[in-house]
Amino acid sequence: MSRIAESFKELKERNEAALIPFVTAGYPDLQQSLRVILALAEAGADIIELGIPYSDPVADGPVIQRASQQARAAGMDLETFFSLVAGVRQKTRVPLVAMTYYNPVFVYGQKRFADNCRQNGIDGVIISDLPPEEGRDWLKIAVAAGLDTILLAAPTSTEERIRRVIDSTSGFIYCVSRPGVTGADQALSTSLRPRLERMRAITDKPLCVGFGLSTPEHIRQVAVLADGAVIGSALVRLIADNAVAPDLLDRVRDFTAMLKQATIR
Amino acid sequence: MSTRQEWHFGEFGGRYVPETLMPALEELAEEYTRAQADPAFIEELDYYLRQYVGRPTPLYQAKRLTEMLGGARIYLKREDLCHTGSHKLNNTMGQVLLARRMGKPRVIAETGAGQHGVAAATVAALFGLECHVYMGAEDMRRQALNVYRMRLLGARVIGVESGSRTLKEATSEAMRDWAATVEHTHYIIGSVVGPHPYPTMVRDFQAVIGREVERDMLQQEGRLPDYLVACVGGGSNAMGLFHQFVNKGPRLIGVEAGGLGLSGDKHSASINAGSPGILHGARSFIIQDDQGQVLPTHSVSAGLDYPGVGPEHAWLKDTGRAEYITATDAEALEAFHLLAEYEGIIPALESSHAVAGAVRLAPCLERDTLMVVNISGRGDKDVNEIAEAEGVAL
Repeated sequence: MSRIAESFKELKERNEAALIPFVTAGYPDLQQSLRVILALAEAGADIIELGIPYSDPVADGPVIQRASQQARAAGMDLETFFSLVAGVRQKTRVPLVAMTYYNPVFVYGQKRFADNCRQNGIDGVIISDLPPEEGRDWLKIAVAAGLDTILLAAPTSTEERIRRVIDSTSGFIYCVSRPGVTGADQALSTSLRPRLERMRAITDKPLCVGFGLSTPEHIRQVAVLADGAVIGSALVRLIADNAVAPDLLDRVRDFTAMLKQATIR
Repeated sequence: MSTRQEWHFGEFGGRYVPETLMPALEELAEEYTRAQADPAFIEELDYYLRQYVGRPTPLYQAKRLTEMLGGARIYLKREDLCHTGSHKLNNTMGQVLLARRMGKPRVIAETGAGQHGVAAATVAALFGLECHVYMGAEDMRRQALNVYRMRLLGARVIGVESGSRTLKEATSEAMRDWAATVEHTHYIIGSVVGPHPYPTMVRDFQAVIGREVERDMLQQEGRLPDYLVACVGGGSNAMGLFHQFVNKGPRLIGVEAGGLGLSGDKHSASINAGSPGILHGARSFIIQDDQGQVLPTHSVSAGLDYPGVGPEHAWLKDTGRAEYITATDAEALEAFHLLAEYEGIIPALESSHAVAGAVRLAPCLERDTLMVVNISGRGDKDVNEIAEAEGVAL
């Protein structure tokens, strides 16, 4: 059983949803990034998503765009990313998911990327702009390397497309809460509940909700509808606002622990 | 439903976008297929191309330029005479009619030189649609005239401050807008780039250029041209010229923006100096580092200042059917002056690259060689920038 599957099994037994924080790898800089990721794990993150900074993040809003740009300027490339992951893996067993765009994977070499992920301790991969139709080669390579590939189901997806995503995904299904790019919202979309119910009726795979979640209240609402909640921009903004503050790690820990509380049903 | 085959040109093309946009691309591809088979759509598009865009455009024999270069007989395809001043309106007219068929009340566009933005704002005004245009802040500065034209036409122009603040960032920002508004918005992509069906659809809307060239050349010379020359940024005017001839004899020459030269990093020559990769939804040649991070580009021409190129061009290059050369900023500026002084035509800086290609090739060719150069747009928008660069106060 994959580390991600194991995690969902344990959460189910404890009647909790997964808290899945996202941070941009290498942000605000390499050393702090390692500490931030470990702080997330200590404070109760069930799975951690690590964004690989990319020059043209078309699925990301301004907060993650800026973090990506700064991380790249601070020297984050794929080799550095893998050594960061290895450093995290030495200290914690928390499942790690790499979130990337397709071009860096394509240029680096899909197999080389998959093998490096696996060797350094990545458990699953999300490629934001690789729909199942274009991802056939990657899916085979990921399976061979023992990596989960998490596909996204969008609010605009047709029934047929949702079935295709469900068939091809492993680890969990990333349910995009609303149209648009990543970013913190005031309120959750009202169409979320019926969409999750329709998906629940056709799959037992874990359903996790992301895009727009920013508060414990959002997490609480999602925890009763789904198996996990992803929080990205709100956390990256917290890091941005406190990047040079002496208590950055305490703030990250407190915020994460507060969100984790909200996943307990 | 489209098959994967239709999505690709050899290994290039495809549909690399977030899931949120996939259903809209399916809808667009289906609507486009239906429209192509609908005589009413063909007739409507034809009507607007004739009565509003001002087609057909002339195929004009450039006698003084030919004489001065002393080689191939040069013809100019006068897309600069289209309403709004460039070939871009051929495509926006087709796409706005599709948007109307799909019942979308809002359109968005990206623009570099502003020619596509003006063409999108124009058709939005014509049909009473809301229009938002994304434009890099640096391009807004160097193409200020077009920014004001778009505003006069009722469009909202949104400056993009990220990255190199040019066409790449404007395109990314338009894609982000579309992901949020896709249910009521159509994204009018301005070139033969982007995810399927855009490269095919935009090419088809521009292919009227090549059809007219074939007809007029047969009429004037009794045979097909030998060389077709067009500038290539994304490559829509070039694909529009080439498409009719891909399975026929003429040599197809694309001219990329060589900027300050290919030895440095100040250029936009994706085919000549890029490598295979994925940008804005399609696999093609892109200017990037060994980590797959897209690099900043440079060209004196805002419309060519883009690190990617249409996937069909990548395929034509790969198969050897088309050839791609470059013209530097300096060569393009020289060609700009040449066409103005020898033919009384002030070309856009983009089109000046095609003229520069002709300046290089024509003298080496026999006098009975027929060469068509696509003057994709007029240069009024560039006059201020050029005057400034040459130290002339207006």
